[in-house]
Amino acid sequence: MSLRSPLSKAQGLGSAKHGFSHWWWQRVTAIALIPLTLWFVYSLVCLLGSDHAQLSQWLAQPINASLVLLFVLTALFHGQTGMQVVIEDYVHSTWLNLTLLLSIKFASVAMAVLAIISVLKVVLGG
Amino acid sequence: MLKERPLSPHLQVYRPQMTSMLSILHRATGVFLFLGSPLLVYSLWGIAEGGTHFQQMTDCLSHWFAQLLILGWIYSLFYHFCNGIRHLFWDVGHGYEMKTLYASGNAVLLISIALTAITAYFALQNLGGAA
Repeated sequence: MSLRSPLSKAQGLGSAKHGFSHWWWQRVTAIALIPLTLWFVYSLVCLLGSDHAQLSQWLAQPINASLVLLFVLTALFHGQTGMQVVIEDYVHSTWLNLTLLLSIKFASVAMAVLAIISVLKVVLGG
Repeated sequence: MLKERPLSPHLQVYRPQMTSMLSILHRATGVFLFLGSPLLVYSLWGIAEGGTHFQQMTDCLSHWFAQLLILGWIYSLFYHFCNGIRHLFWDVGHGYEMKTLYASGNAVLLISIALTAITAYFALQNLGGAA
């Protein structure tokens, strides 16, 4: 006999109320990062030795800017989900755990915003 | 009557195995890569700012210690990339037989080192061997 209500079973969200969305999005971003990573490393190697004008010109192209942002944002989101799991697994002091989790989230969002603003500035030729 | 007792799993009584070592290396490289993300965003900011900020950024990145870190990040990226694909196969239920587990583990180690070497080779060629 199960003590869970039929509604809770049907929703399948478990005790954390998120179901498997954390696990799922970690996989979705992982799959997206397969082509993005290969493209990014290839581009970096090709760009080595470029001066500022060449780098700006490259980054100003809409396709390059989009792919750079897709790579950086997906990587930040993926990294943030992974860091959360590592912190939850190994940091047992409640306050340190909470502090680290919040720092990771805030830092990820701050870096995402700075990356978007920076790439936009280059694209719009500011 | 609270006593400090060792908690399960008793990691210290196990002989290190390839499977467990590759697993913890996946986490270690993941954490290391995340710690590198500020440098990536910093580079984008440097390109956007230009001028002295860009100069400072390239000076910072050409320091020998930064170059060493970058080599570490390239290897970590390729290791995490290859082992991540191994994880995705496990997620859909493939590759759990002991033989396959060791074969895919060896493949991950070999391919990640090869990709790092290829990347380093072309990077040095592109810099005209000046790095």
